[in-house]
Amino acid sequence: MQRSYEVMFIVRPDLLDEDLDKLIATMQNHATTAGATVQNTEKMGKRRLAYDVKKFQDGQYVLFTLAADGTSIHELERRLRVAEPVLKFITVRTDEEQQRLEKVKKIRASRVKRPPAEAAAAAESEGAPATT
Amino acid sequence: MADEVQEVSTPTRPSGRPDRPDRPDRGPGGPGGREGGRKFFRRKKVCKFCVEKIDDINYKDVRLLQQFVAERGKIVPRRLTGVCTPHQRQLTSAIKRARNIALLPFAAR
Repeated sequence: MQRSYEVMFIVRPDLLDEDLDKLIATMQNHATTAGATVQNTEKMGKRRLAYDVKKFQDGQYVLFTLAADGTSIHELERRLRVAEPVLKFITVRTDEEQQRLEKVKKIRASRVKRPPAEAAAAAESEGAPATT
Repeated sequence: MADEVQEVSTPTRPSGRPDRPDRPDRGPGGPGGREGGRKFFRRKKVCKFCVEKIDDINYKDVRLLQQFVAERGKIVPRRLTGVCTPHQRQLTSAIKRARNIALLPFAAR
């Protein structure tokens, strides 16, 4: 059962850039060998943490977008937990949310066809009393 | 806390009394005034997400979420912000996710 997930994790701030790249590469490797496909990885850069995590005040954020099933996500999470420079991670399942958004978009698109005339009329009737 | 958003009960200006219902000088903002001539007037709050058509309340969007978090890190209740129920529900889960990944504080200071 393929689903789309987002895995975001925080890496300790004193990790060098090349080491971070290496870590990301190994994590991607682990994910692919576990049966997931990595669709996108994003380094979100260094950010101040809202609270201290393992006595660090900053962290480097990395975001993976994956298509995977439950077991491969479980494996990736285990790897993240074991990896020493990773401070914290969160996995969010996104496919249901995306479906919902598409539905909303479709409804909105079907509705938009009408409004231009209506919206203009509404704006006029709204604007008129304000000016008098 | 609970200070800025509560601009409840501003007295209506006397000229705007709704004793003449044919007067067109009232915008659709306020309630048209009750027949009893209440002196209080509550500005209608609207849901930011409905108005600006923000469909996706994402936990990564800290700027957006921060507007709905009080100074101490608490989630601001609907009655103060005017967010509608479905959006408040999404907002709450987004804020909780953001807290989990240290984008937002559980408790500030």
